[in-house]
Amino acid sequence: MALTPVENQTPGFVAAVAAGSGAFFGLFIGTSQGSGPMGMLVGAVLMALLGFAFTMMTNKENQIRWALAAAFVVAGFATAGLPAAVLGVFFGWFAGWFIFWLATSRYRAHLAPYLTSGQVLWYYTFRVICGVIFVFLITPILVVMPLSFNSQDFFTFTPEMLRFDPAGFSLKHYQDFFSNQDWQNALWNSVKIAPMATLLSVTFGTLAAIGLSQPHVPFRRAIMAVLISPMIVPLIISAAGMYFFYSRIGLQGTYMGVVMAHAVLGIPFVIITVTATLVGFDRSLTRAAANMGAGPVTTFFRVQMPLILPGVISGGLFAFITSFDEVVVVLFVGSAGQKTLPWQMFIGLREQISPTILAVATILVGISVLLLATLELLRRRSERLRGMSPG
Amino acid sequence: MSDTTQNGSVLAADGTPLKRSLARALRRQKIRALLLIAPLLLFVMLTFIMPIGDMLFRSVENDIVSKTLPRTVVALRDWDANSGEAPGEEVFTALAADLQIAAEAKLHTRVGSRLNYETPGISSLFRKAGRKVKKWDVENDGPFKEQFLKIHKGWGDPDVWRTIQTYSPKFTNGYFLNAADLQKGADGPEWRPEDEQIYWLLFKRTMFMSMVITISCIVLAYPVAWILANLPARSANLLMILVLLPFWTSLLVRTSAWKVMLQQQGVINETLVWLGLVADDARLVMINNQFGTIVAMTHILLPFMILPMYSVMQTIKPTYLRAAKSLGATNWTAFWRVYFPQSIPGIGAGSILVFILSIGYYITPELVGGTKGVFISNRIAFHISSSLNWGLAAALGAILLAVVLVLYWAYDKIVGIDNVKLG
Repeated sequence: MALTPVENQTPGFVAAVAAGSGAFFGLFIGTSQGSGPMGMLVGAVLMALLGFAFTMMTNKENQIRWALAAAFVVAGFATAGLPAAVLGVFFGWFAGWFIFWLATSRYRAHLAPYLTSGQVLWYYTFRVICGVIFVFLITPILVVMPLSFNSQDFFTFTPEMLRFDPAGFSLKHYQDFFSNQDWQNALWNSVKIAPMATLLSVTFGTLAAIGLSQPHVPFRRAIMAVLISPMIVPLIISAAGMYFFYSRIGLQGTYMGVVMAHAVLGIPFVIITVTATLVGFDRSLTRAAANMGAGPVTTFFRVQMPLILPGVISGGLFAFITSFDEVVVVLFVGSAGQKTLPWQMFIGLREQISPTILAVATILVGISVLLLATLELLRRRSERLRGMSPG
Repeated sequence: MSDTTQNGSVLAADGTPLKRSLARALRRQKIRALLLIAPLLLFVMLTFIMPIGDMLFRSVENDIVSKTLPRTVVALRDWDANSGEAPGEEVFTALAADLQIAAEAKLHTRVGSRLNYETPGISSLFRKAGRKVKKWDVENDGPFKEQFLKIHKGWGDPDVWRTIQTYSPKFTNGYFLNAADLQKGADGPEWRPEDEQIYWLLFKRTMFMSMVITISCIVLAYPVAWILANLPARSANLLMILVLLPFWTSLLVRTSAWKVMLQQQGVINETLVWLGLVADDARLVMINNQFGTIVAMTHILLPFMILPMYSVMQTIKPTYLRAAKSLGATNWTAFWRVYFPQSIPGIGAGSILVFILSIGYYITPELVGGTKGVFISNRIAFHISSSLNWGLAAALGAILLAVVLVLYWAYDKIVGIDNVKLG
């Protein structure tokens, strides 16, 4: 929906702005080919010409954009093969979109009519800045994934990979992960420790959260502060304290010790999510159940639990990921027999740096995507159950 | 009325006064709530609070000297540390008796290394003496002073004896003094030599770098939170994934990603070299220094800043800004005088959270910090696992804990623990 009536821009304006963008990208291409200023000049002139010409032909936008992308691909392929062709697709698409976006004043259409041109410029500059920050957030994760398919033992993109040569890619790091005994032991330990810790923290945490959300709880604030503290106290301090204390009582270096340490670290997350779910819980439901003759246990499992289940599960997921990702505490409380996946990664990063870590990292990113999706579904379900959102 | 007795008090159905009946119901409710909480509270006490307490206890505990050398400690009580001379024969006799027992139980080296933290060199005195004393006959072989001096003339050094005397009480503030770069001198605490003052520097660096990380998080998170709060729900949710995905990704994955990217042969340097912005032989050093730590930790902690800011900015109505502008404010004035003040609670909450998390960070500085970019927590880990000076590690931990608890208290005052939201 257009807020502002717009008309096509003059060729001069489009050519000038397009030239600016051409100069910007030309600078990079130019420096990589040996001469920055030359690249800037070529880019600017090229984009200016295209901008000037296309402003007259806005009625044939689709055909021109396809043709432009194709031309860039061919030009790229002719000069430097497949990688340049991929870059060409990007530049061709961008140039076509950018020029027509300017020429037809589409950029102005959904903005309020009273904005000055300076404000419009700032609006888009701000979006570009945000885009850069989002790239900063996501790049490290995106870089790790393709690198894990590297066929060399390097931590960088090899020329073969950039040429999309199949020889540059392989699954050997994944193979190493699944065949190497150290990694398999670590994975197995993680799988043994995390669910047990989650079970402990969810059971205790849910009970306590129900207790905490009763209307009259003495010392509520103090209790809450104590229960949340494992999340706030720096891990190294928790680890040091647990190391000292658990060695005194013989838990240091045992499976139970690690499970208990991880369980206590997960408890704040369970408390927070479950109490948040209980805020919207209608107490008259439990009274109604009691009225109809259900005992406290039946009421809990048949009435209260199904309603707060989404909160409990998401708390459990938080507790699980806390234990599954935890390295500082297990490093001190555990012994070689409890070496978890993060511990093995930590050793791998500090001592013998091997690209298998990247394969493990990619698998872990996959797991966190799954968990994130589950959480989002649960959140929506919980809101629907509590009638907080339509739908 | 039927439920009112002659004296006028209201009765419940079973005949007890209503007031008492209600009080009983309330009490039962409280007890039930506490019973539900009790298992967890006990669990947290046992697995978390007691360990922390143990650590605090260890930071002042010092019974090893008085336990291993009980007679010596008693005999040494009357010796004047400022006399400039080693104590007399009776102290050496006591020491011989103590050391013989300790050497049998192989405890003399422990006491030696404990005292060695305070005065370097004592450890070897005890080791050498322990070996010899085992063969002596404590009853008849005296006098011992000459014999000890023969083993090592360090036993005649009043400084050694002053250290033993200073550290003979059951509790000490020595670890804390040490953690603050002080030492026990002849008359009260004094600064350690200039070249041994490392903890003050580390605390300063930890504070400084946490501050830089917090500020860069504010700068990067503010625009992102703003755009998330002002976009239509559908696009905001899509962009939210870009924030939550790193948040949910394993810490080690993100740290290894930064290691891969920042290395000299890493992705960023390769790209810069390919673009010709950096010469091949002048690759940027971005890892194993403060820069690497700051970049990686800013990335890791950024979601903790974005999420609280976002939840605050969501509640600020866009009409306020429009109203300000229609009253004649410029863009900047409208933002600075109307929008920004309302977003300060979000900045505060996020900043305290990020600051708390960053001053206690261990993994990322350890992996990408090198020697110049490590935090106080790395030193604590070093003292626990390598130098085995647990008391000092505990004292450093106690100081760090105090700082964090003050911030936690502030967070509770400003935001409220109940209002912590996840995801």
